[in-house]
Amino acid sequence: MSTENENDLLLKIRDLKIEGYSDEEWVGIVHGIDLDLHRGEVLGLIGESGAGKSTIGLAAMGFTRDGCRISGGSVQFDGMELTSKPKSELRKLRGSRIAYVAQSAAASFNPAHKLIDQHTESPVHYNIKSLSESQADAMELYEKLRLPNPKEIGFRYPHQVSGGQLQRAMTAMAMACRPDLIIFDEPTTALDVTTQIEVLAAIRDIVEQFNTAAIYITHDLAVVAQMADRIKVLLKGNEVEEADTATMLSAPKEDYTKSLWAVRSFRRPEKQRPTADSGEIPVVSVDGIDAAYGKGLKVLDDVSFDIYAGMTVAVVGESGSGKSTTARCITGLLPPSKGVIRFNGEELPPSYKKRTTDQLRQAQMIYQMADTALNPRIKICDIIGRPAQFYSGLDGAKLKTRVEELLDLIELEPAQYYNRYPPELSGGQKQRIGIARALAAEPSFIICDEVTSALDQLVAEGILRLLDRLQNTLGLAYMFITHDLATVRSIADEVVVMKEGRVVEQGPKTEMFTPPHHAYTDLLLSSVPEMDPDWLTQLLEQRGVDNIGEAAGN
Amino acid sequence: MDISALSESYPIASIFVKGFALILVAIIASWIFRALLVAVLPGEGAKVMRTAPLTAAFGIMIILLYAIAGIFAPWIAPYSESEVISSAFAPADENMWLGADQLGRDLYSRVIFGARNSVGIALIATSLAFFIGAMTGLIAATKGGWIDQAMARSADVIMSIPSLIFSLLLLSIFGTSMIVLILIIAVIYAPRVFRLTRAVAGDVVVMDYIEAARLRGEGLWYLIRKEILPNSKAPLIAEFGLEFCFVFLLIAGLSFLGLGIQPPTADWGSMVRENATLISFGEVTPLIPAAAISLLTVAVNFVVDWMLYRSSGLKE
Amino acid sequence: MGDVLAIVAKRLGLGLFTLLIISVLIFIAVELLPGDIAQAVLGQQATESTLAAKRAELGLNDPAPVRYFNWLKGAVVGDFGKSLVSSESVTDAITPRFKNTLFLALFAAVIAVPIAITLGVLVALFRNTLFDRVANVLTLTSISCPEFFLGYILILYLSVQTGWFPSIAKVSPDMSLFDRLHRTFLPALTLVLIVVAHMMRMTRAAIINLLASPYIEMARLKGTPAWKVIVKHALPNSWAPIINVVALNLAFLITGVVLVEVVFVYPGIGQLLVDSVSKRDFPIVQACCLIFAATFILLNLAADIGSILTNPRLRHPK
Repeated sequence: MSTENENDLLLKIRDLKIEGYSDEEWVGIVHGIDLDLHRGEVLGLIGESGAGKSTIGLAAMGFTRDGCRISGGSVQFDGMELTSKPKSELRKLRGSRIAYVAQSAAASFNPAHKLIDQHTESPVHYNIKSLSESQADAMELYEKLRLPNPKEIGFRYPHQVSGGQLQRAMTAMAMACRPDLIIFDEPTTALDVTTQIEVLAAIRDIVEQFNTAAIYITHDLAVVAQMADRIKVLLKGNEVEEADTATMLSAPKEDYTKSLWAVRSFRRPEKQRPTADSGEIPVVSVDGIDAAYGKGLKVLDDVSFDIYAGMTVAVVGESGSGKSTTARCITGLLPPSKGVIRFNGEELPPSYKKRTTDQLRQAQMIYQMADTALNPRIKICDIIGRPAQFYSGLDGAKLKTRVEELLDLIELEPAQYYNRYPPELSGGQKQRIGIARALAAEPSFIICDEVTSALDQLVAEGILRLLDRLQNTLGLAYMFITHDLATVRSIADEVVVMKEGRVVEQGPKTEMFTPPHHAYTDLLLSSVPEMDPDWLTQLLEQRGVDNIGEAAGN
Repeated sequence: MDISALSESYPIASIFVKGFALILVAIIASWIFRALLVAVLPGEGAKVMRTAPLTAAFGIMIILLYAIAGIFAPWIAPYSESEVISSAFAPADENMWLGADQLGRDLYSRVIFGARNSVGIALIATSLAFFIGAMTGLIAATKGGWIDQAMARSADVIMSIPSLIFSLLLLSIFGTSMIVLILIIAVIYAPRVFRLTRAVAGDVVVMDYIEAARLRGEGLWYLIRKEILPNSKAPLIAEFGLEFCFVFLLIAGLSFLGLGIQPPTADWGSMVRENATLISFGEVTPLIPAAAISLLTVAVNFVVDWMLYRSSGLKE
Repeated sequence: MGDVLAIVAKRLGLGLFTLLIISVLIFIAVELLPGDIAQAVLGQQATESTLAAKRAELGLNDPAPVRYFNWLKGAVVGDFGKSLVSSESVTDAITPRFKNTLFLALFAAVIAVPIAITLGVLVALFRNTLFDRVANVLTLTSISCPEFFLGYILILYLSVQTGWFPSIAKVSPDMSLFDRLHRTFLPALTLVLIVVAHMMRMTRAAIINLLASPYIEMARLKGTPAWKVIVKHALPNSWAPIINVVALNLAFLITGVVLVEVVFVYPGIGQLLVDSVSKRDFPIVQACCLIFAATFILLNLAADIGSILTNPRLRHPK
C-alpha cells in the first residue's frame, strides 16, 4: 500500500522535539522524531507508557496539551508547515482534514449533547454538508460501523450507549468530514477483548473504505499488527526502529524490539494435581460461594475451585466477570453470603476481621498497580520489614538481615534499595517490592491480581519468571487473576474461566487450550489478538462479520 | 506634590496614590525578604523560595513579623495593654504615635498586644477544632460503614447552621468567657475540618497499600498514624491555614460585636468597635486594628494559595 | 423523569429533616441555659409568687418535649412567642426587619452575581496571565478583610470625606426606592466586595475544572472555535457548578449581613439578633437563628436540586 511517491506524502515530521513543563522547568518528552505518512496508509506507533506516542499523535495535528510545547523540528501536513501556522489556521484543519479518536470515548463525548449533534458539528461548521445531509451521512456511517439501530442510536446521549458502541460512534464522528488523516489514540485499550474485536474490525474496514491515512497509537503489539501497514517502535521519546508490519514482526533489527517480541516465549512445564489417593488436600478450597455488594445484585453465583500446593490456578474472564470479587471473598474483605472457603481443609471465618493472625499470614496478595500497592511515604525497608516484624516479631539486626534476604530473593541489591522510597523505583522494581512484602509474611498461598498487566512486556516476563522460581523453591500456591491469555499460557497449571459471576469451565491448562471448548471459553480464547497480521482477517472469515464480539457470546 | 493638600481636595485620588505607594513598598520589601531567605536557607529551602511568587514571600514575611510582635509584645510595646496614660482619644504625639483610645490607653501598645491575644486565641481555637476534626475525620474514613455515615450526617447538620449565627446563639447561652469562646469555635469548625480530612483520607483509604495493611491485621491506630497520615499531610496543612483565616475573622467579628474577647484584654476586633466613633471625624485610628486583622489574613491566604498551587502542580 | 422527581423529593425530605434537627438543637441549647429563665427576666428581687406566675405564663412548668412541640407548632405558623424584654410579639419585631435584610441581601446579590460570574469565567479563560494573577491577589485580599474593615473604609472615604453617601443606613417603610437604594448603597457595596471575591474564585475553579475534561479537548481537536467550545460544550455542563457557587455565596451573604448591619446601623434582622444576644432575649434569638438556618438550608437545597435538574445523565435516563 505504501508508495515512495513524494506527491503521496501526506504527513512529514522531521526532528520533532516536544517539551513538558514540570517542577518549574521544561523537560524533554520527545527528542527528535522523523515520521512519514502517505495517503491511505496506516502507521502504528507502539511503545511503553512514557514513550511519547500520544504526544506525537497530537503534534501531528499541530496540537500540544497544556504544559507542553513543540520546541523544535517541523510538522508538514499536505505541504503545510503546522508548527509555524497561526492558531486560527490550524483550527480549520482539525475536524475537517485531520481528526482524532480518543482513548476514552465515554469521557470524550460531551454528556450534554446527543451523539448525532456532536457528529454533525464539524461538517456543518465547515459548510461541508447541511445539517440534514450530515445526519443522513452519520446514520450511514453508523451502519457501516455495524452499530445497532443506526437510524436511532445517534439520538441517544453518550451515557445511554455502551463503551464499545461509543468508541465506534467516535470513529464515525472522526469520519464526518472525510478527513485525510485520523489519529487513533489507544481506541480499544479500555475495552474487553470480545468488544475490542468488533471495534478493531470496524475501524479497519472504514479506514480502508475511505482510503484514509491513520496513525494508530497503542501499546499492544498484537493489535497494531492487525491494523497497521507500517510500525514505528518508540522508547522514551526516541525512535527505536521502523519497518512494514510483516518485516517488523518476522525480522526486527533492534534488541529492544526483539525483546518485545520474544516475551511471549516463556513457558514452564505444566504441573499436575496430586492423585486422589495421595490424600493431599488443597491449600485453598473455594466451595460454592455467592457474594453481593451491599443489598445489590449477586456478583458471584456458586463459585467453586481448588488450589493445590505448588500449583498455579489462573482465573480468567472479562471485567465484571467476578474474578476480583472471588479474590476479595478469599481474603475476607467481602464475606460471601453463601458457601465456605477452606484453608488446608480448615474452614476460614468469612470476614478477615475474625481471622487469626496466622490465618491472615498464610494468604498474601500482590496487586495490579504497584503505584497504589506501595505506600509512597514509607521506606522500602519498612514496607518489607513490617510484615516480618508484625508476624514473626523480628526486630533490630535480625529484621535487617531478613529484609536483605528478601531483597536478594527478588533480585534487588539490598544496599542500593534498602533506604529508598517507592516513587524512586521503576514499575517492575515496585512490583518486585510488592512480591517481597508478600513473601515477608512467609505465606503458603498468594493471590496475584493482574500483576503483570500494568507492566511493559519485558518487565512483565521478568516478574513471571521470578514468581515461577519462587513457587518452585518455596512451594507456594498461586491464584493468578488475569485477562491476558498469554500470561495464562506461560504460567498456569489449571484454568478457571468466569463469566458474569459464574464459573463457566475449569480444568488443566492443556485441556482448556484444546478444543472443544465451552462456547464462551472459545469466544474468549479466540478474541485475544495474536501477533499474526492476518489473525483478524481470518477470524472475521471464521465468525462472519455480523457474528463477532458481543453478538457471538449469546 | 504635597500629599496632605491632595488628600483634602481629592480624597479618592489620594487613596490611590497612597495605596500605590504602599503596594510598591510591599513589593520591594517582599523582594528583598525573598532574596534574604534564598541566601540564608539551606539547600532545599533556598530552591523552594527561589521559585516562590512575591505574594508568598510577602505572606511569610508578615507572618514572621506578627509572630515576633506577639511573642515579644511586652518588650516591644512601650506601655502595657491596660495602662491609662492620657485622656480619652488623645491625638498622636511623640509618646504615643498612634494616639490614645477611648480610655486614654496607648493605641500602639494595644495593637502590639493584640498580636498576642487575637492571634493567640484564634490559634488555640483553630488547633482544637483541627485536632477534633482531623481525628474524627481520619477515624471515619478508616472505619467506614455506619460510624462514618453517622459522623458525616452530624457534621452536615452542624454545618447547615451559619457559623456566625451558631456562635451567637451559643454565646448568648453560655456567656462570653474566653474558654467558652474557644470551645464554641472548636465545635463549629471541627465539622469543616472533619469533612476535608475525611475526603483526603478517603482518597488514601481506597489504596491497595491500605488494603494490604488491613489484611495483615494492623489496627486502626497503626493505619492512621503510619499509612494514612503521611499521605494526607500536605492538604491538611493548607487546610489549617484556611481554617485559621476563617476562625480569626469569626473571632474578630464576634469581638467587634462585643461578644468575643472581653476587655480589658487588648484585641483588634474590640478595638475597632471601641474606637468606631472616630470614623465620623474622618480619623483612620479605628481602621488600624482592622487593617492588622486583614493584613495577617491576607498573608496566611497568600501562603496557603502558594502551597495549594505547589501541591496541585506537583501532582500533574 | 420519574427518577429525577424521586431524587428531588428525597433531597427535599432530607432538607426538612435537617431543619427539624436544627430546631431541636436550637431549642435544647436554650434549655441548657443555667438558672431559671423567669428569674433572668424578672431580676433578683422578684418574689417567689411573681416568679411562679411568670413561669406559668411562659409555660415553663410543662415538660421539655411538650414545650418544644408547642414552640415548633407556633414556629410553623409564624408565631415565635413573646420577647422576654419588651413583651412584644417576636413575629412583629422580626417581620419588618427581615424584609429590610432581604432587601439589602437582594440589592447586593443583584450587583454581585452577574459581575462575579462574568469575571470568574474571564479569569478562568485567561488563566495564568497577568490579569489572572492580579485578580487572584485582589480577590484573596478582599476575602481576607473583615466586613467591618471594608465597611469603615467605605464610610471614611465615600461618606465622611466626600459626603456622597450617608454613613448610617437608616431606612423607613415610606421611603422612595431611590432613597432606599442610596441609603443602603454602602452596606450593599461592602457585601458586594466580599461576595464577588468569593464567588469569582469559586467560579474560576469550577470552570477550570470543567475545561480540563476530555470532551473539551475533543471539541478543540474537532476544530471547534474557542467561543463555541465555551458556549456549546462548556456552558451546558457548567450550570451545576455555577448554581452551586451562587447558592453558596448567597448563603454567605446571609451571614455577612449581620456584621454589615451593625456597622451601618441598618435595622435588619442581624442587628436585632446581636441586640437580643446581649440582652439574652431568647425567644428572639431562637427565632432569628431558625430563620437564618432555614434560609441557609433552603439555598443549599436549591443548589442541589438545580444540579440534579441540569444533569443530563439524570434528565435522560437510560
